[in-house]
Amino acid sequence: MKITLHVWRQSDAKDKGHFEKYVHPNVSPDSSFLEMLDEVNEDLLSQNKEPIAFDNDCREGICGACGMVINGAPHGPQRLTTTCQLHMRKFKDGDEVWIEPWRAKAFPVIRDLIVDRGAMDRIIEAGGYISINTQNAQDANALPIPKPVADKAMDAATCIGCGACVAACPNAAAMLFTSAKVSHLGLLPQGQPERARRVGNMVAQMEAEGFGGCTNHGDCAEACPKGIGLEFIARMNRDFFGAMLKSPDHIPARWKRR
Amino acid sequence: MELKSNAPLIDAQHPIATAWERHRFNMKLVNPANKRKYSVIVVGTGLAGASAAATLAELGYNIKAFCFQDSPRRAHSIAAQGGINAAKDYPGDGDSVFRLFYDTVKGGDYRSREANVYRLAQLSLNIIDQAVGQGVPLAREYGGLLSNRSFGGAQVSRTFYARGQTGQQLLLGAYQALARQIEANKVEMHVRTEMMDLIVIDGRARGIVSRNLVTGALEAHIADAVVLASGGYGNVYFLSTNAMASNGSAAWRAYRRGALFANPCYTQIHPTCIPVHGEHQSKLTLMSESLRNDGRVWVPKKAEDCGKNPNTIPEEDRDYYLERKYPSFGNLVPRDVASRNAKMVCDEGRGVGATKLGVYLDFSDAINRLGKHVVEERYGNLFEMYERITDEDPYKTPMRIFPAVHYTMGGLWVDYNLQSNIPGLFVLGEANFSDHGANRLGASALMQGLADGYFVIPYTLGHYLATATVDKALPKIAEDHEAVVATLDEVKARVDQLMSIGGSRTPDSFHKELGKIMWEHVGMGRTEAGLKTALELIPKLRAEFYKDLKVVGAAESLNITLEKAARVADFLELAELMARDALNRAESCGGHFREESQTEEGEAKRDDEQFSYVAAWAFKGADEAPELHKEALTFDHVKLTQRSYK
Repeated sequence: MKITLHVWRQSDAKDKGHFEKYVHPNVSPDSSFLEMLDEVNEDLLSQNKEPIAFDNDCREGICGACGMVINGAPHGPQRLTTTCQLHMRKFKDGDEVWIEPWRAKAFPVIRDLIVDRGAMDRIIEAGGYISINTQNAQDANALPIPKPVADKAMDAATCIGCGACVAACPNAAAMLFTSAKVSHLGLLPQGQPERARRVGNMVAQMEAEGFGGCTNHGDCAEACPKGIGLEFIARMNRDFFGAMLKSPDHIPARWKRR
Repeated sequence: MELKSNAPLIDAQHPIATAWERHRFNMKLVNPANKRKYSVIVVGTGLAGASAAATLAELGYNIKAFCFQDSPRRAHSIAAQGGINAAKDYPGDGDSVFRLFYDTVKGGDYRSREANVYRLAQLSLNIIDQAVGQGVPLAREYGGLLSNRSFGGAQVSRTFYARGQTGQQLLLGAYQALARQIEANKVEMHVRTEMMDLIVIDGRARGIVSRNLVTGALEAHIADAVVLASGGYGNVYFLSTNAMASNGSAAWRAYRRGALFANPCYTQIHPTCIPVHGEHQSKLTLMSESLRNDGRVWVPKKAEDCGKNPNTIPEEDRDYYLERKYPSFGNLVPRDVASRNAKMVCDEGRGVGATKLGVYLDFSDAINRLGKHVVEERYGNLFEMYERITDEDPYKTPMRIFPAVHYTMGGLWVDYNLQSNIPGLFVLGEANFSDHGANRLGASALMQGLADGYFVIPYTLGHYLATATVDKALPKIAEDHEAVVATLDEVKARVDQLMSIGGSRTPDSFHKELGKIMWEHVGMGRTEAGLKTALELIPKLRAEFYKDLKVVGAAESLNITLEKAARVADFLELAELMARDALNRAESCGGHFREESQTEEGEAKRDDEQFSYVAAWAFKGADEAPELHKEALTFDHVKLTQRSYK
């Protein structure tokens, strides 16, 4: 099938960027979206042009590296699917496809479709862990955890950190991402000692990175390739206000002044 | 060169069960106040690298960690699906440390070091405790205790799992521990940075040269020791289940600086992958081997049935060949056996699918026995992934699967301390050769990566630093030290060379061609003639690469073509060493199947008289043949037998 692409090209963070048009005359419906881009890139190379830069690695939908806005939707038209798992049979012969990077203040463009998502790592660094040193653990079965609790924690922990939630949000908020980690750890008994501190620090970092606030649009959950639900945002908000009341020491100064 | 394993004494008075404990006691310690005076480089942030960096930082060392991905959380350990083995014996089905040790040595077809494997089995217990302590949400039963399942090649249920995403969850646990140390300023994290070379000074590993993949800047980093946890080299075949950018360059560059490369020919071909569908294919997708617990593998008895709709082929015309040939293990035979048998039936012309390179994995019995909802609960995410890629519904039509390159058991040679023959260079996880012998059992890669990183390197690295300090062997290295400058210059010259060839072929076109040579001649079945052909074709392709490579753009910027070209250049050398090693090893063992050496039933036939050794190759120069060193393997606890899964 024939596909016409309009791809965002931007040589570096300072460049203004623009769309360029490429036509792929012969796309196999069995190829993945990224395999289609591989072919476009091989063609560009043969014309001595620089290929389109995009992040990708595992191509199994789990590493979270890939991600681009395809026809206005992060990761494209198929629900619960990362860009790498999207296949060309979801498009029609003659389709025009617009491809852009994640757009958010906290995700500066590095080149073409590659953005810097370091802000998400810094949110985790602010508290997205349980402080236990290696060699300090008790026997794994000494702490029974009800299956529904473990399952719910796992639901949250499946987040792949791709940033589609941020790209989808009109406020470029990172609430879904942050709440997934806050909930994964906050649900488990191991995560209780640091629960208040964790949510306070992670929310503070999220704001410091320039992510917007949540205004309940729900576009994030719609775009999430792993089906992380809005319930986790509600849970994070509860944790946050609970911490504000019970352990105000753990809440960033900006919130205390109010 | 005599290769010393440095394993502790093991005899009647010194049992293997106390070896690691004794060794730990005998190792020197670094005083807590002195640890902050040392710096350590860790390359790679998968399970082995992230766990090592986090643990060493917790102890007080200053760590510089490197990954080529945009975040340490994306290393390819994340894609491991099925699970992690541990000899906890929670199900009470007769498992023990000794049994896990025994199974691993046997599963590796008696080509691993007993002392290392025993330690691995012991440490498996600590890993699960550590992971749960970190909040890794492993699967649980309704009673709240951890759940176990059985996994390919084992007759006990010792595999812990987190749905089909065990690698992801364990890696996030290690990544979070690493994040905590980054926040504590004990780890300086360099993302989007690739190791280009190893800096060796006075015979010791003292640093690396890296390339910043965003700016193209080449930088030297100096440290007291270097830990490589850079993964395997399965991508030498172009098509594999590895991530797109997984590469062998860090290990290969260390080899060129003098580190021995051990058993490069040991490659694991995983039996349950989605078959190749066309030329544009960029990688292969693994379907967890846990599918073999409930799926039945078959092909039509008659070649003429192969094009038919499988649901119309009656039971009596199907050949459930694994169940037929291996009645006691059936569909759960180890990976190498399952893969080879799939190849055999396809070679007989009984393969299915458009390419005839596929066999059925059928769940209809399981669905009838357990109900669709149970099958969905167990494998729902895998079925979805299969449908997304193939556009076929595995609940209705049997899956088609075919073997694909998945894991490389070979890697840099290390001793019991996980130290290479270059003092100060430690190698962990898939990047080293240890523990899995000639074939890795399912759910053992995660176990090894984490054992190495959390529980081995923190002790053995301390011993090295303490000893080297006493010997005054770690002087401060200035940034303008001649060896540092020379290594930087060599890397720069290499980059300039790749940029300036000005030919007509892309890195991918060379990579694909190399992959075809390797799959054809150094793949599942290897012959003397085929390997000799590979040894002619690879140098020719390499010569063409340096004549006709095309790279556009600038070296001083983000340049994906240059990144690929540098990796393919190293694969073109590594491939030759793999073929050479495969030619030298004129026996079959585990994943290395030499067609000349098989039993009457077509099983891999070892030659323990001649080949019970680790083949460790030394670099002798770009156009020189490498030199073979041998580390003899002895087996005192596991009886050498012909593997049988009948």
